[in-house]
Amino acid sequence: MTQLAAYSTSTGEAVQFWVLGTVAVVGALCTILMKKAVHSALCLAGTMIILAVFYLANGAYFLGIVQIVVYTGAIMMLFLFVVMLVGVTAADSLKETIKGQRWLALLCGLGFAVLLFAGIGNASVKEFNGLAEANSGGNVEGLAGLIFTKYVFAFEITGALLITATVGAMVLTHRERTERAKTQREMAEERVREGKHLPPLPAPGVYARHNAVDVAGLLPDGSPSELTVNRTLRERGQIRDVSSEALDDLRALEQRSADRLERPDVRRTDIGRPGIGRTDVERTEEASK
Amino acid sequence: MNPVNYLYLASLLFAIGATGVLIRRNAIVVFMCIELMLNACNLALVAFSRMHGNLDGQIIAFFTMVVAAAEVVVGLAIIVSLFRSRHSASVDDASLMKL
Amino acid sequence: MENLIALLVAAPLLGAAVLLCGGRALDRVGHWLGTLLAAASFVFAVVLFTDMLGKGAEERTLSQHLFSWIPVEGFQADVAFQLDQLSMTFVLLISGVGTLIHVYSIGYMEHDERRRRFFGYLNLFLAAMLLLVLADNYLLLYVGWEGVGLASYLLIGFWQHKPSAATAAKKAFLVNRVGDVGLSIAIMLMFTTFGTFAFGPVLEATGQTSEGKLTAIGLMLLLAACGKSAQVPLQSWLGDAMEGPTPVSALIHAATMVTAGVYLIVRSGAIFNGAPDAQLVVTIVGAVTLLFGAIVGCAKDDIKKALAGSTMSQIGYMILAAGLGPIGYVFAIMHLVTHGFFKAGLFLGAGSVMHGMNDEVNMRKYGGLRKYMPVTFVTFGLGYLAIIGFPGLSGFFSKDKIIEAAFAKGGAEGWILGSVALLGAAITAYYMTRVMIMTFFGEERWRHRATASPAQPSAEPAAQTEGAHDEPHPHESPKSMTIPMIVLAFGSVFAGGFFSIGDRFTHWLEPVTHHDHGDSPLSAATVTGATMVVLVIGVALAYVQYGRRPVPVTAPRGSLLTRAARRDLLQDDFNHVVLVRGGEHLTRSLVYVDHSLVDGVVNGTAASMGGLSGRLRKLQNGYARSYAVSMFGGAAVLIAATLLMRAV
Repeated sequence: MTQLAAYSTSTGEAVQFWVLGTVAVVGALCTILMKKAVHSALCLAGTMIILAVFYLANGAYFLGIVQIVVYTGAIMMLFLFVVMLVGVTAADSLKETIKGQRWLALLCGLGFAVLLFAGIGNASVKEFNGLAEANSGGNVEGLAGLIFTKYVFAFEITGALLITATVGAMVLTHRERTERAKTQREMAEERVREGKHLPPLPAPGVYARHNAVDVAGLLPDGSPSELTVNRTLRERGQIRDVSSEALDDLRALEQRSADRLERPDVRRTDIGRPGIGRTDVERTEEASK
Repeated sequence: MNPVNYLYLASLLFAIGATGVLIRRNAIVVFMCIELMLNACNLALVAFSRMHGNLDGQIIAFFTMVVAAAEVVVGLAIIVSLFRSRHSASVDDASLMKL
Repeated sequence: MENLIALLVAAPLLGAAVLLCGGRALDRVGHWLGTLLAAASFVFAVVLFTDMLGKGAEERTLSQHLFSWIPVEGFQADVAFQLDQLSMTFVLLISGVGTLIHVYSIGYMEHDERRRRFFGYLNLFLAAMLLLVLADNYLLLYVGWEGVGLASYLLIGFWQHKPSAATAAKKAFLVNRVGDVGLSIAIMLMFTTFGTFAFGPVLEATGQTSEGKLTAIGLMLLLAACGKSAQVPLQSWLGDAMEGPTPVSALIHAATMVTAGVYLIVRSGAIFNGAPDAQLVVTIVGAVTLLFGAIVGCAKDDIKKALAGSTMSQIGYMILAAGLGPIGYVFAIMHLVTHGFFKAGLFLGAGSVMHGMNDEVNMRKYGGLRKYMPVTFVTFGLGYLAIIGFPGLSGFFSKDKIIEAAFAKGGAEGWILGSVALLGAAITAYYMTRVMIMTFFGEERWRHRATASPAQPSAEPAAQTEGAHDEPHPHESPKSMTIPMIVLAFGSVFAGGFFSIGDRFTHWLEPVTHHDHGDSPLSAATVTGATMVVLVIGVALAYVQYGRRPVPVTAPRGSLLTRAARRDLLQDDFNHVVLVRGGEHLTRSLVYVDHSLVDGVVNGTAASMGGLSGRLRKLQNGYARSYAVSMFGGAAVLIAATLLMRAV
């Protein structure tokens, strides 16, 4: 490994760079292009792991491990937690709402990259000294020597910063309960007083066909009842409407039984599809994707 | 291969991250893009460390990680509280500075 | 003895403060208090005068330093007084005549409910005038100068319910301001030139100063004097100032205030001596005003305005004499003093006549009054004889000397100035005789006669009954008014002779004004003879015109000159056309420039800013991402700039 970090890069490192570098760029692009935050987070995690490999290849052994353990292992998991908390929202749509924003952003990004490339190309960075000498006493020992001598104040201050951040996060997310939680009895009495919906909410799913929580239960006339779906899913618009499928299935079933019983023109007595407009179907279909 | 290629890769990742910040509306994804930019910087710092033959670049990268951790904690907390109050994680919804 | 000097000013100042701040409680005693304090000032003056007489000629100057007024490094202004022979003369004149006029006003203003205030103003005027003549530096003199202007404004506009009086007061104030600007510039010039304002150092330093600077200072001082002394071209306020109560006319516009300009020029004699050009301008101004005032005086039917024209003319004599330099300073002051006596007497006489004639001022409605007001007639007559220069009376000595001095100037200038002065004497005799005859002789035109309006027989009965009510009943004035007139008449008769015999006055003022005899091309006897001849001619002309023929009650149309003179020789028209119209045009064009150019620039800037902001506002859409783009773009630009700089 020490040899790898020296000035002259081996062929092995070159291969590794080109292969993993391509993957890293693809991962980064996926991070910004994936529609769902979860996918973005996963792509980013992949990119970070590749970067950890690069750190190792550059002789930064400690940083490479820390990158995997702390960054990918802890911070990205934190991201995933928050993604779960927040859930999928309309903000995930990639459709641009600010006029010209996308083009400007692309222009700036490209221009910035070109400028950086030009800057690096101009700079005289041809000579690499390699870390063989610096790492001779061990990378971790070398880092420790610097952190606790030359950078000790910065180190202490970052420690204070971490504590502050922890406290800040707690302050930001903690909510004091302002009133006593209602008991079950009180909630029941309230429901009776309002007189809207006395019994427990109906269960989701179509009996004997679907039992997923995101499928609305059907009313006797075949229309879906949103009440049956969990409120969180309802707010996100993640209701899967299967009523049309169910009706189609029913119709097919009746057709088959009519064929078997040789009873003509069963379509005339078809059950209609009340309550579901064309747009509703489209919306639910889209949401189900 | 010249190790300067690491710097080009870092620049590319940085530019991609910056573009992501500008085009994504989901605050969490925006945050991820910022992390990507920070990581790109770290890669450049590590490459610099190798170039100069001392460990100072790695120290700076280390501090960057610490600060990034602190930033992520606070930032995610802000996103969560924002979501609680607005039921949205879109950065465009927080456009109260408009006239 | 020095400490009395401050009391001279303090007494009337105290009176003014008490009377003006005292309120109604003082209404009953206010006039007595004011008169008493004016008299006190006069008593102090007499005490100081006797003290001064007891000393040698060179030790007579007293000075008193009260306090340091503006103590700044390099700029020292003190409140300090200087009493020399010149100041003493003025102090005696001001406080003496002033006291007499206070006494006169007690009777004259008896029925005015604001009498207390009037006496407060009179006292304020006295204090300011005394401060003016007692100051030992130009800055303090300026304070008195402004104070006199203020008091004169208040007194001219005393009957402020009359729009004409209010306008006249404003006019006097504004015209005086023009002169005051001259004085302030003169003081500034003095400070830059000499580094001080005190009379002593300034007048001593004139020897080492360039003539150009002295001329500039002298001309500015002359402007100031023109404003205060009603000389051409700032003469227009004096005639209108007759809107004030008659004692005011007597006090301010005859005996004291208008003499301030003469005082200023004589006091600054050293400056003018070093600037012959400025002196020449002074004499020209004096000569022009002398004729101007005399001509105006010939045409006026209003008795006070006729006397005002006369005042202007007589002050013209003084300015002329003052412009002659050391030859004339003494005679300017001497004429000033004698004029103070007889002109005050004449004005008080006019006031007495008006008092008896229901405040009628038109001389065409007087006539034959000598039977009804004998004391007024005698005192007015003595004043008349004094002003025309009847041999043996005051005016004879003082005016004669000025004419002599004008001739003594020498050269063509001397001849021209002397001739003008002689011509002025003739006109003086003419218009004063006219006033005298129209007022006290001839038929009694104030009676309403049935034949007065033959052209309107239908209106006759009404006019008759009305006339019976309105007809004035001429009567002699009360003692408080006649006694001052008698005292002033004594002065008119004897002052000139007293001063001239043995050249007393010349010797008295010698240390201050450094008299110089000059060499006249004409002997004194010749000049006196010539003066007598023109005097007789003037009187005879007036007698032929007004004494032999009846005076029409309504003024005839008159010649072009008469009509012009009635309008004060078009002075107001001139001011209107040149100053008012010019000013209007200037302001209009300035307003136009302001509206189109200045406002255009301002509004244009505002509008373009507004438009620009409206467009820039769209950038502020509130989206954090938009702001991030600008930030990112800015960073890119910075990097590009850095790279470019490195590449270069």
